[in-house]
Amino acid sequence: MAVGGRGEAGRAGDDVRSDLHVVVEITDGGGLEIEVISKVASLYGDSIEGTTRTTLAGLGLENARVRVDDKGAVPFVIAARVEAAALRAGAPGGDARPERSVPRERHTARNRLRRSRLYLPGDQPKLQLNAGLHRPDAVILDLEDSVHVDQKDAARLVVRNALRTVSFGEAEVMVRINQLPLGLDDLSAIVPERPDVLLIPKTESAAQVIEVDARIREILGTDAEGAAPVWIMPILETALGVESAFEIASASPAVVALTIGLEDYTADLGVPKTLEGAESLYARGRLVNAAKAAGVQAIDSVFGDVGNEDGLRAWASRSRGLGFEGMGCIHPRQIRPIHEAFAPSAEEIEKALRIVAAFEEAEARGLGVVSLGTRMVDPPVVLRAQRLVDLARRAGLIEEAGS
Amino acid sequence: MSTTREERVEFVVNAAGRRVPTVVNGAPARPFAGLGKPASEGRKHGPPIRSAADYPGDGDKRVPDLKTALERCGLRDGMTISTHHHLRNGDRVALAALEAAAELGASDLMWLPSASFPCHEPVVDLMKQGVVHHIEGSMNGPLGAYCSHGHMRGLGVLRSHGGRWQAIQDGEVHIDIAVIAAPTADPFGNADGSHGPSACGSLGFALADSIYADRVIVVTDNLVPFPCIPWQIQGNNVDCVVEVDSIGDPTKIVSGTTVVTKSPDRLLIAEYVARFVRDAGIMKDGFSFQAGAGGIALAFVAYIRQMMIDAGVKARFVRGGSSSYLVDLLNEGLTDYILDGQTFDLAGVQSIGEDPRHVATSPFTSYNYHGKGNFASMVDAVVLGATEVDVDFNANVVTHSDGMLLHGIGGWQNCLFSGCTILAVPSFRDRIPVIVDEVTTLTGPGELVDVIVTERGIAVNPRRQDLLAALEGSDLPIRPIEEIKAEVERLVGGAPTKPALGDEPVAVIKWVDGTVIDTVWKVPEARDPE
Repeated sequence: MAVGGRGEAGRAGDDVRSDLHVVVEITDGGGLEIEVISKVASLYGDSIEGTTRTTLAGLGLENARVRVDDKGAVPFVIAARVEAAALRAGAPGGDARPERSVPRERHTARNRLRRSRLYLPGDQPKLQLNAGLHRPDAVILDLEDSVHVDQKDAARLVVRNALRTVSFGEAEVMVRINQLPLGLDDLSAIVPERPDVLLIPKTESAAQVIEVDARIREILGTDAEGAAPVWIMPILETALGVESAFEIASASPAVVALTIGLEDYTADLGVPKTLEGAESLYARGRLVNAAKAAGVQAIDSVFGDVGNEDGLRAWASRSRGLGFEGMGCIHPRQIRPIHEAFAPSAEEIEKALRIVAAFEEAEARGLGVVSLGTRMVDPPVVLRAQRLVDLARRAGLIEEAGS
Repeated sequence: MSTTREERVEFVVNAAGRRVPTVVNGAPARPFAGLGKPASEGRKHGPPIRSAADYPGDGDKRVPDLKTALERCGLRDGMTISTHHHLRNGDRVALAALEAAAELGASDLMWLPSASFPCHEPVVDLMKQGVVHHIEGSMNGPLGAYCSHGHMRGLGVLRSHGGRWQAIQDGEVHIDIAVIAAPTADPFGNADGSHGPSACGSLGFALADSIYADRVIVVTDNLVPFPCIPWQIQGNNVDCVVEVDSIGDPTKIVSGTTVVTKSPDRLLIAEYVARFVRDAGIMKDGFSFQAGAGGIALAFVAYIRQMMIDAGVKARFVRGGSSSYLVDLLNEGLTDYILDGQTFDLAGVQSIGEDPRHVATSPFTSYNYHGKGNFASMVDAVVLGATEVDVDFNANVVTHSDGMLLHGIGGWQNCLFSGCTILAVPSFRDRIPVIVDEVTTLTGPGELVDVIVTERGIAVNPRRQDLLAALEGSDLPIRPIEEIKAEVERLVGGAPTKPALGDEPVAVIKWVDGTVIDTVWKVPEARDPE
């Protein structure tokens, strides 16, 4: 035990809301001295102290001076900040995870609808609390680029605790780990909480996917049996990664999608990232082709200008045309335009339904040739129509009662 | 006439189950008896008879300064001085009037603002000095803290805008001197708010005072020769006119532009409200709604505007607080009229000054319980806020969950009488749940609250089966209020512990009919955060 050790974590300042700042000083006796200052002290003061005590007990810390400066944080955040401060002070460590308070129903499947995935900075719990209410197809709790290098340990605890206590509604829950090898440490904290998908940033080789996959299985052990796997979505962000797209996509059966990070990719090329994206057309086309060849989804990057909704719609529409099935969001207001852009139009759906009906009728009558009116319909057209109907159905765009 | 809170007070439990004092500031007070129950009888309070012979025949009622005006109006200790909040946080007149009274040596005054703002913080010093005895009107910020901690010598009395008019007509409040800030006035005392360097829009909050006060002083920084056209305050009710350099800070009277909220959660709430109004069948040709200038209310207007355009629907009238958002509806032909209670931004002020379809209203037309009806109950849907609501749909708008005074009532209580009252609230603020078992301070009874819209779903009052039936087939997240409450409590780590409030009343909350609906209790000083 590091007597005299001092650690702090969290955020302080007048503009902080739904977060807190914690200082832990390890002492050589006298038990736990906990001082709580909080804007909700008269309503939750005892609860804040209780959460602090329970967390420190979980870490085996018996003697310490603790100062909690709270701005209305919810319990999982308090626990994460106290744990981070205590570990930084040199506490021995142990299981200080909060009780699981929401049943984690997993809303996942290999070929799930993944039109939108909302990025949530791992170290900003306030943004995580209500993220599911905006109904993205997925949320991404991010440990990588949105987290300062000094806060990686703290963000990991926030994300781990959020996975245990925050409901993200029907969104698929994804975590973007750090670049390897740091990302392997993230896995130890995150994988036991069973996120649906792990994103591996700056993937450049199949070996990296295999390494992550092996580590996931090792952590889950026998828990992995029977349950849906923790899926993997590699992010290609370099020229080398793009060149290895197919082998990365087929590196493991756990890979469900390939996606691309255009900020890093354009930096690697040494060209500016434009609104039209001509500079990444090759990479994105190559990614789509590799993904389809490997039987996984192709998912596009994010559109960075939150205020430019027309630009977002144009990008998303082109993106769908290239063969992508979804893209990332950096703000909830991007979700709807993306869903609309990736949805087939009413005319497309209607035409596809007619083709599928004609196909089913031909099947029922034992006919080898599908025809619609006076025109013959080729098998690939039927296949495309079936896929489109399937997508529209999953997006809730087909009235089931009437059909 | 002034009493102090130290006198022994009897309490009764009113029809809403709340413990309330039977005597308020020395006068008997009726406990809330239920909706529509108590009937005040007799004749309305009237101002003293005055004669034209006592006023200058040339109509020039100007006096050099506020002190002279107060002296002319017979200022004495213990009087009630009223002011109004149409200049909002830019107001310089209320403080100037009270300070002039202080210089004249007056003490134990009762200040009756239609609302107070942070700019009125120095009134705390006037209370400490004994110039002001207590406040009957909204109190927040430092004034709210002063009252909440039990430092005020009298009980605070919080009334709705309509309730203030009702109390004046009942004679429950007797205004000795009304001081009315006027962006434009003539020497006779005709006054208006839509023009001048300190233009603010409607002066409706001052109308009752101009009619019923014993004496009326108009203070202006834009004196025009008779006649001041248009006039909202009639000079025939005015005793003195004072010209000053500035009645207020224009940048704080109205905002240059009104900006809609950027919070994704609040935008989601606003969108749910608009979809609710549409899907429940309220949004149809000739309908009406009222939405204030809060972030969610403005965003609601933006959403419903698009829905009205898409559906080809037009409103007959909309009610403000007006802002550019309502003005856009008027200019785009999406509403025939704006009936405006107060005006929040430059676009609103310009519109009310120039467009005859943008009409200034007052608490008499809109809210007064002693009127033969009022506009509030004729509005199809109103969008309001709240600090807390309980599982029976009772709501609190005046105190924070820790018991501290936070807001005045404004027109909130009066608006509850609309065809569909919608409270648009986040399900929690920081860690504090908004849906509770029992509100800290009852401001509006649940019978009048129809819908609670949060970012986690929409709760419809079971009394409104008609709304639930109309929403059949809507894909809105309609949920039992208890379910939303339980979900929030899971997230925030349980319901908060009830703060231990003292047993000492510091203020009362009046219902629209003048009865006492609840008591605000003293909050121990130590729990004032930081």
